[in-house]
Amino acid sequence: MMFSFSSNIELARGGTNTMIKRGITLVFHSIKELVTLAENAGSVSEAMIQVELQRGNMTREEIWGQMDHQLSVMEKAVARGIEGVASPTGLTGNDATRLMHYIEKGNFISGETILKAVRNAIATNEVNAAMGLVCATPTAGSAGVVPGVLFAARDQLNLTREQMIRFLFTAGAFGLVTANNASISGAEGGCQAEIGSASGMAAAALTEAAGGTPEMSSAAMAITLKNMMGLICDPVAGLVEVPCVKRNALGASQAMISADMALAGITSAIPTDEVIAAMYKVGIQMPTIFKETAEGGLADTPTGRDIKMKIFGVDA
Amino acid sequence: MGDRYHSVFDIIGPIMVGPSSSHTAGAARIGKVVRKIFGTLPEKVTIYLYESFAKTYQGHGTDIALIGGLLDDEPDDPRLPQSLERAKALGIDVQFIPTDEVAEHPNSAKIVLEKGQQKLEVLGCSIGGGNIQISEVNGFKIKMQANQPTILIVHQDLHGAIAKVATVLAEQGINIATMMVSRKAKGDEAIMVIEVDEKEIDASIEKMLEIPMIHQASFFQS
Repeated sequence: MMFSFSSNIELARGGTNTMIKRGITLVFHSIKELVTLAENAGSVSEAMIQVELQRGNMTREEIWGQMDHQLSVMEKAVARGIEGVASPTGLTGNDATRLMHYIEKGNFISGETILKAVRNAIATNEVNAAMGLVCATPTAGSAGVVPGVLFAARDQLNLTREQMIRFLFTAGAFGLVTANNASISGAEGGCQAEIGSASGMAAAALTEAAGGTPEMSSAAMAITLKNMMGLICDPVAGLVEVPCVKRNALGASQAMISADMALAGITSAIPTDEVIAAMYKVGIQMPTIFKETAEGGLADTPTGRDIKMKIFGVDA
Repeated sequence: MGDRYHSVFDIIGPIMVGPSSSHTAGAARIGKVVRKIFGTLPEKVTIYLYESFAKTYQGHGTDIALIGGLLDDEPDDPRLPQSLERAKALGIDVQFIPTDEVAEHPNSAKIVLEKGQQKLEVLGCSIGGGNIQISEVNGFKIKMQANQPTILIVHQDLHGAIAKVATVLAEQGINIATMMVSRKAKGDEAIMVIEVDEKEIDASIEKMLEIPMIHQASFFQS
């Protein structure tokens, strides 16, 4: 059995649960290690729960209950956003409602599930911009992607509450590796690190929820991150609004397509861990004007500067 | 590379009022810690904002979050967005002063609380992902992240003060994880920051306050 650090790790299978022998540290530092853990535990979500248990701070029931709570917060944020909210600055708001009406008409070009994911992602980020309650996944600025995809998948795949909670553990497991080996902060690694990471997490979790193997989840994440590579963080007026809300929307759509590609058996020529390492390197090489300083990109357009002037009374 | 994130809830979480983990959730946590140190509702609040906080505090709701924290709100309290109105209704005089001064961290705020003769001045920074650091209390340079149960003690710099505090904790079965002591000058006012493992320490705080050279003792955890 191949685990990262100790040769004495043993898993004893009992019933449907995988039991962990006492005194063994279960960890994963790479996607490769996570996939191996998941293959032994039965799923990525189960591996993540066991690693969390191993930290010793919470019982299994507490861990499950906490994630159930995170899910409830996401659910409420999506519902509130679809009802319609606007931010105090008026820069963003009510687009989730627009999209809901558009979907209801039924005359769309792409697909209903993708559009629902896009609608949910916008809803969440509009609530975030309006100082509403959200669950950061992995950050507040990228909070729309994972719930966006999850609630669209619930309708398409008829996911149970348990499967939805497991979706979040899987997303979190892939996110942990990305956060520790690259970054999930726009100030450190640009938007590729925030919405890129969120989209990769969502793609991997969706793949598992749809019945894919841990290896397929890994491929789905790699496919997403490769396309998000180099994405800059250029918030207009430094606010988590433009272009953040729409980038969450399109990140969610990419996660869906990547999951479908992986489920079709398409793999990534570059291993996922190397993709994450490349993303980290690109983040370091990225000029600081593109890392949440609001000094480049869309923030530095004539209109972007005007908006900043109107809100804060100072030029960009 | 060292692992900075350990729990799945570092990634799927925290639950918070938007829009920014550093500018909103972190700011609320700073406010809450400052309130805990002060121990009561202030009559007057003056907040100096530095660098990124100074430039974007309104758009990010940093002002609202700081005041929410001072009213004892958690970062996920749904009443947080109404904190400024709530403070006004409570008769608290609130003032924000954005400054051009350079701070040790881009997201910093100096919070001054007043009530009658009682005054507290704290410098806090939001260091990312909702995590915070308190760097100064009443002119004392400290380093406190407030992610572990923490006791903050203001005392007279006299021999035996530290031993007496340690004895109280020992008698109450409280384990000290880390401890930091700082003073203004020999014999002058001094400060202790003690991180402990236990969460039930009200009895210890009461006993400490019986010690003559202890001026103030507060406890908080996040």
